[in-house]
Formats: sequence, structure tokens, C-alpha cells
Amino acid sequence: MAPETNTATDTMTNDPILKVEHLSMRFGGLMAINDLSFEAQRGEITALIGPNGAGKTTVFNCVTGFYKPTMGMISMRQASGKTFLLERMPDFEITRDAKVARTFQNIRLFTGLTVLENLLVAQHNTLMKASGYTILGLLGLPAYKNASAASIELAKHWLEKAHLIERADDPAGDLPYGAQRRLEIARAMCTGPEFLCLDEPAAGLNPRESLALNELLTGIRRDTGTSILLIEHDMSVVMEISDHVVVLEYGQKISDGTPDHVKNDPKVIAAYLGVEDEEVEEVIEEIEEIEEGGKH
Amino acid sequence: MANITTNPESAGGSLTARALREGFYAGIVSLGLFVLFVGLETTQNIRNELVLRQRWGLLLTFVLVAAVGRFLTVAYVRPWVAARKAAAVARVRDESAPDSFFKRNFNAIAIVALILYPILAMLIFGVQGSLKWVDNFGIQILIYVMLAWGLNIVVGLAGLLDLGYVAFYAVGAYSYALLSQHFGFSFWVLLPLAGILAAFWGMILGFPVLRLKGDYLAIVTLAFGEIIRLVLINWTEVTRGTFGISSIPKASVFGIWSFDVGAANNFAKVFGLPMSSAYYKVFLFYLILALALLTAYVTIRLRRMPVGRAWEALREDEIACRSLGINTVTTKLTAFSIGAMFGGFAGSFFAVRQGFVSPESFVFLESAIILSIVVLGGMGSLVGIAVAAAVMVGGTELLREMQFLKQIFGPDFTPELYRMLIFGLAMVIVMVWKPRGFVGSREPTAFLKERKAVSGSFTKEGHG
Amino acid sequence: MEYFIQQLVNGLTLGSIYGLIAIGYTMVYGIIGMINFAHGDIFMLGGFAALIIFLVITSIFVGLPVVILLLIMMAAAMLTAALWNWTIEKVAYRPLRGSFRLAPLITAIGMSITLSNFIQVTQGPRNKPIPPLVSSVYNVFGISIALKQIIIVLLTVILLTVFWYIVNKTSLGRAQRATEQDRKMAALLGIDVDRTISITFIMGAGLAAVAGTMYLMYYGVAVFSDGFIPGVKAFTAAVLGGIGSLPGAVIGGLLIGLIESLWSAYFTIDYKDVATFSILAIVLIFKPSGILGRPEVEKV
Repeated sequence: MAPETNTATDTMTNDPILKVEHLSMRFGGLMAINDLSFEAQRGEITALIGPNGAGKTTVFNCVTGFYKPTMGMISMRQASGKTFLLERMPDFEITRDAKVARTFQNIRLFTGLTVLENLLVAQHNTLMKASGYTILGLLGLPAYKNASAASIELAKHWLEKAHLIERADDPAGDLPYGAQRRLEIARAMCTGPEFLCLDEPAAGLNPRESLALNELLTGIRRDTGTSILLIEHDMSVVMEISDHVVVLEYGQKISDGTPDHVKNDPKVIAAYLGVEDEEVEEVIEEIEEIEEGGKH
Repeated sequence: MANITTNPESAGGSLTARALREGFYAGIVSLGLFVLFVGLETTQNIRNELVLRQRWGLLLTFVLVAAVGRFLTVAYVRPWVAARKAAAVARVRDESAPDSFFKRNFNAIAIVALILYPILAMLIFGVQGSLKWVDNFGIQILIYVMLAWGLNIVVGLAGLLDLGYVAFYAVGAYSYALLSQHFGFSFWVLLPLAGILAAFWGMILGFPVLRLKGDYLAIVTLAFGEIIRLVLINWTEVTRGTFGISSIPKASVFGIWSFDVGAANNFAKVFGLPMSSAYYKVFLFYLILALALLTAYVTIRLRRMPVGRAWEALREDEIACRSLGINTVTTKLTAFSIGAMFGGFAGSFFAVRQGFVSPESFVFLESAIILSIVVLGGMGSLVGIAVAAAVMVGGTELLREMQFLKQIFGPDFTPELYRMLIFGLAMVIVMVWKPRGFVGSREPTAFLKERKAVSGSFTKEGHG
Repeated sequence: MEYFIQQLVNGLTLGSIYGLIAIGYTMVYGIIGMINFAHGDIFMLGGFAALIIFLVITSIFVGLPVVILLLIMMAAAMLTAALWNWTIEKVAYRPLRGSFRLAPLITAIGMSITLSNFIQVTQGPRNKPIPPLVSSVYNVFGISIALKQIIIVLLTVILLTVFWYIVNKTSLGRAQRATEQDRKMAALLGIDVDRTISITFIMGAGLAAVAGTMYLMYYGVAVFSDGFIPGVKAFTAAVLGGIGSLPGAVIGGLLIGLIESLWSAYFTIDYKDVATFSILAIVLIFKPSGILGRPEVEKV
């Protein structure tokens, strides 16, 4: 396999949905992210990878408004052409208005609510409007009833996609781990996002669950055209489903391009050496691949 | 073989020995605990000096009860409970058995029983004799049911720990008392107004404190509750301080029939009944029943609305809520102010019932009682809370009735004195016995195929 | 100026008492994360134990030196309060450890109601006055300082030093701090967590009992309902200083004492408790971690 020289600028369509420019985030004396710029293209799966502590989750938290960046600009352009400056918006508005949804590294489900209820909570803002901010709904007007039925239909749709329809009436906390991951993604999709941020969705999954996840993610992209930003450690997921990879180390971007390009970037290999065991194995494999490529 | 046969006996022997030992320790410890407070009593003599009165017999009783109780617990009760538990696990539970008629229609039966209650009381005890049953038991319990249901929105659903709920009760009561005295508005005008005012206060107090979490929120709400009470005490020009506001006008039946003795449209006069305050009490009973049912109805409806689901989601995980585009500040504020509104309704009812309000009625203890009813009932469960209110408030009211105890403990015995002591102990015992309250499970608000109760082990109690 | 310093002295005395109680709150909160609502009533219980022992001793030995009398009162109060707190922890709080967060809070409130009503039932609801124990007053540059004020402040300083030593320099203190950080890990490392928590309750009760004795000596009266207001104020002090921090509790106590006496002196005595509670609310809203507490960072 020959090393590829593709970079982000070579992608065919240049229609970024998310533009991160000169993003910096400082925690006390620690520079978690330092002057980071990258773009995520519309309709693509962009992966954000890097060794532990590289600042991936911090980028996520900046994009989704849970942290306010020290410096920089994060702009999100919807398909309608409407542009939002995410760094200026509170977290819940980013989901509500800019249509950016996210999941969490440590799953955050409403464990005491049923699977179905989890998905209904995600449709809060649509339902809130339909219920006339509760007042009309309390009176039992049909508008709310219709919206309520529609919300259950949407929930059903995503439950089927996530293979959770059988468990719809069980408490979310009762699901096995892999199903909880899928439920969290389905819940995020119920907010009707244009841009979906997934924080290590494959962490802790067994191979079968991993496969189900891949299927769900590619299905989401194919059917809804939702763009995805993904943090992942599992290289098989990254390499298989992402269109574009951004590599971080110590809060800085060290590589940016197609999976093949990144895989063969010596900087990336260097960054991964001497980190976590499983990742070292990955890297060693990759080096061997490069060496083989060099011989050809 | 011999070993095997003697095993149970020696186990039994060591159990008895252990029980004896623990009983002995319990006796020693209780001797230490009670020797000063029970063995000796401080009383004032004629010259107003403190003197000691010795009560060694009573102390001995305390110590013996503790020691024997401990012995019996260790030797008999615990093995029995363990055996029962094991038996219960072994027994295959038949979950498909249909619920009994009573269980299925519990709510309807309960409501009908409540509606019939004053009539039955009048029939059984006579018009005048029913007073006690309708007022002390019926109205008293229903006020707490309503308050606890109101607080349940804040604590049980939204998971916001509020230790100052009584403040809104006070706002409602004083709103009615002051506005009716100064402007002569009637109860039916002031009831909604008191609710709105309390909700408004809920918002004002809620806004700064809602970004706090857990115990901090609890303490700030406690502080606000105390501030409101202290202002009521000290702002004497308006509230008349500790004297309180008396002769608050009575409510009327929608202005049609009055309960004022002199009025031409007096209820008893119109219907040609003998004059009695019992009719007013019965009217008040139905009034508070209606208010409580309104609270329950609104709560049930709200739970199925987006805002109610958002409350419960907030209790489960606030950060996840924010990631789903839910404005947590307004969501918390609605919970706080709707809870406060029901507190306000209950407050204005309280003022109308007593005809008198003073800061004495709005002490922290009241907040603690209401909160404990919510938690004892099982957070979020309306039925559990109603049961808890009936048990805790009704149980302590019952003490007043237990005159036969005088025959046991002597004529000086006044059961009322022990009311709060028993209330406190009951709080402790119920919590240790059932930490999640009487009803620990949660009813889902929507379902695809079947409504399955969510076990309490999955629900969270909130962080705010 | 003299008036101001006089108020400072009064505030310092009151603040010392609050500080002593606050330590019990802050330690228990630090180690098991619960607000021990009954702690104020343990303080009241300590005061009553001291009162009863005072009556016993004075009826047996007439003319005992006041120092010895006070020491005996304090010792009896500490023993009784410690035994109570130890029992309460064992019976009411331990079964709920690690369960539902609200359950221990409700139990503690229940315990608080139980304790104050227990004293009301067994000792009667009336105020219990005792003759003044220490009545000397010194006049220093126009400021009158009562001997009892000196005793209270001195005793607080001594107890705090001992306490500081225990927590920071002994293995018991290390076990407490370890349990505070991570109970499970502490247990894995061989620390007897149950025992450590029991000792924490005993220590807290001991200090509260000293505070109760001092309160009795200072005001010369005990009443069953005395647990609540000083208890809430001491808790305010603990929060103000930063809950979980020992020096914080004392600083918080002193601040509350000073605020209270200065407010009463310069504004109006009626609203002195309103001032305390307002300060609590303001501090919590703007700096929830208190003066010396560590700020909590929200983990996403």
C-alpha cells in the first residue's frame, strides 16, 4: 500500500458544516488545546483521534458549549445556510438552535426513565412548542395530542434503527452496555441534529456490539445525511467508517486527512508510540504496513 | 456423625450466648444514654431554683427494655427475618396473577371513600361529634397531603432538595390574611391570587439559588424559609409580628352561602339546620379535598407533558438534559414555582381554616415534616405520599385519642406530649426500614406495549 | 471605638462556640457527605448533661472550686454526648450508608426532632436557669471582659490545637482523611472505615458538648429547643468557611459570631438572624465552596 498524500483541501466538495479556527482552551496553567483549526465536511464522518490527554474531549466540550473556549471561533453552518457561532452560545441552545447533538464518554442516560421516555425527553423542544409551552397541552388540545403521537413514531423509528424496539418499555438503566451506547445515539438523533458529536461510542463494546454500532452510524449518515464528528480509540471503527481524520497530540493538530493519509503519517505513528498498550499494537501493525509499502 | 448432629445445637447455643452478650451491652449503653436524662429530672421548686428529682425506677425500665429488646432481636427476630427472606427467595413469585379488584381501582375507591367520609362521620358521631373526625383527621391530613404533593413536584420529580417549602405556605397564608383584611377580597378571589403570589416568590427565590446543587441548595432554601419567617416576626407594622393576624374572614360556598353566623345567607339558616360549626368544617373538608385532587391531577397531567418529563430527566442527569437542548434553568424554575403555587393555595386554605395566622405555624419543623412525608412516601409517587401523610400525621393525631393509655401509665400521662417524639422516631425507623419510601417504584409516563413500573434501584434522587 | 471593641469581644466569644459546633458538622460532612441535622441537638444534649451534673455535684459537695466543677461538667457532657452520637450513628445512619442520598438526611432530621422532644419530655419544656458560675469581669482600657469570655476563647484555642494535631499528625487523622477521600480505597488499604467514622462522630459530639457547656455557663440557661438555631448557625459557619475544612469551620464560626454581635450593636437586634441567613445565602450563591473550601469542577 503506497502512502497517500491526500489532505483535507483535496476533498471533492468543500462544504464545511463545522469550522474550528484557532481554538485554544486553557485550564489554569494547562493549555489543553492550543491554536487548533480543522473543518468537518457536510455529510461526512470526521474522526478526531489522538493519544489519551490529547484534548479530544475538550474540543468536544467546546463545540457543544459545555466549556467556553479561551480563544478561537467555532462556526456551524446549517444546510439552510444559517450560521451559528457556537463559542458564544450556551450549551442547550447549541442543541436546540444550531442543531448539534452529542453523546458522552461515560454514558449519560436517564436510567430511571424507560427507553421510550429517554427518546421523548430528547424531543422536548418540539413538544414544548406543540403543547403551547405546557398551557395548551394541559387543556388537552388536539395539536399536542398529534405532536405527542408523532413524537412516539419518531422514537419508534430510532428504536428500530438501534435494535432496541423490544426493550422500549424497560428502564434505560436495565439495558446492557452496548445497547445503552446505541440508545444514547438514538436519543441524540431524536433532537433532530444536523451535526452529531459522538464521544468514544465504541469504547468497551465487544466485536458484535461494535459491528451493530458501525451499522447504526453508517445508517444515520446514509439515511439522514447527518454529519458526524467522532472521537474514537478503536482504530477499526475509525478506519472503516470515517471519511476524514484529524489527529491531535498535546492539544495541537499533527495530522489531518483521509484515513489512509493519516495512517501513514510518521508524526501520527510517533505520537502513538509509547502510549497505551492496545494502541501500541495498532501502531506497530501500521508501521509494518508502511515498511511493506516501502519495499514495494 | 456426632459432630453433625450437635452442630445446630451448638450454633443455637452460641447464638443465645451472643444475644445475651449483646443484650448486656445494649443495657450498659442505654444506662449511659439515659442515666442523666431519665434517671434525674430537673424541676423548679417554689423558690424557682432548679432541683433534681430522682426516677431510678423509670431508668431501670428503659435499661431493661433496651437490653431485653436487643436480646430478643438478636436471638429471635433476626433469625426469623432471615428465614423468611430465604423462604421468599425460594418461593417462585407468580407475577402474572391479576391484581385484585381493590388494587386495580385503588384510586377511585380512595376518592369515593374520601367524599363519603364527612357524611359517614356525621351519621356515626352526630353533627357536633363529627367535628373532631372531619377537622383533626380529615382536614389536617389532607393539608399535609396537598403540601407534600406540591413539594413532590420540586423534590420528587425535579430532584431539587427544598428545605424551605414552608415559606411558600406562609406567603399564601399571609397573602390571604392581609389582602382579605385590608381590601376585603373574598376567598375565591384570593385563592388564585395567593397561588400566583407564592409562585412569584418561588421564582424570585429560585432564580439565584437554582444553580446550586444538592445539599447547598437544601441549605439556601432552608435559609430563605427562615428569612421569610423572621421577616414575618419582625415586620410588625404589617404582620403584627408574633401576635399574628386574627379574625380572618371565612370562606363562603362561591359567595352563595356564607358561614358567618350573622349573615342572612348563612348555610344552616338557608337549609333550616341547627347552628353548628360542623357544616363549615365539612365545607372546608371538601374544599381541601378538591384542592388536593387538583394538585394530583395537575401533577399527573404535567408528568405526561414535555415539561414534566424534563423535570424527571433533570433529576436523573442534568448534563444530559442540557445536551438535549433543554433549558435547565427555566425547567427548574417552573418546577420551583409550580410547587410554590400549590404551597400558596394550601397556605390560603390554612388561613381560612384557622381564621388566624402567626409566624409560629411556619417554622422549619413544618418544612421538615412535609419533606419527610414526600421521602417516606416514595419520591414521585402520589399514592405513597398520601399514605405517608395519613400514617405520619394521622398516627400522631391518633395519640390524642388514646386516653386508655392513662390507665396504663397513670393519670398524669398526656399522650400529646409524645406526639413529636414519636413522629421523629417514626421518621428514623421508616427510613432505616425502607430507604426509598413506601412506594419505591416509578410509573412510566408513556409506553409502547405495556406499562411496567420502573424499580427504584434505577431512579436517581437528583443532584440539585 | 471602645464600643466597637466590646462588640468584637462579644462576637469572638459567640463565634468560638459556633466554631466548636461547626467542626462537628464539617467533619461529618467531610467524611460521609451528610448534613448531620441532629448535631445541633447533640450540642443541646451536652448542655443538659452539664446542667444535670452541675445540680448533682452542687447538691453533694458544697463549695467545690469552680474550675473543678467546670471540668467535671465538661467531662460528663462530653461522655454523654459522645455516647449519644455514637449510638445514633450506629443505629440510624450506618444502615443507610451508601443508599439513597436523601434517606440519611431525613433520618437526621428525624433524629433531631426525636432528641429535642426526648429532652422536652424527660426534662420538661421550661427554661432551666442556673446561678452564674463565673462572674468576674475585668476592665481593660474601658472594655469589660468577663472571665467566662476568656475561658471560652482560651478553651476553643486549646481544643483546636489538640484537634488540629489529631487530624494532621496522628494515624487516626490520616485514616480520617483517607476515608474522606475515598472510602472504598481506604477500606482496601486496611483502614477500619466503620471505626473511623464512629470516632469522627464521637469527636464531633465531644466538641459540641464542650460548646454546650460553655453556652450554659455563658447564658446561664438551658432549654430543649436550643439545638436548632445555634445548630443552623454553626452549620452556616461550616458552609461559610468551606465545608470539609477544619480551619474554615472556625473562621466561619468567628465570622458569624462577629456579624451577629456587630449587626445587633449597630443596626437592629431584631434582624440579626436574618443577617446571618442572608450572608449564608449570598456566600453560597456567589462562592459555594466557602472561604477555604475547594471549588467543585463540573465533570462532563
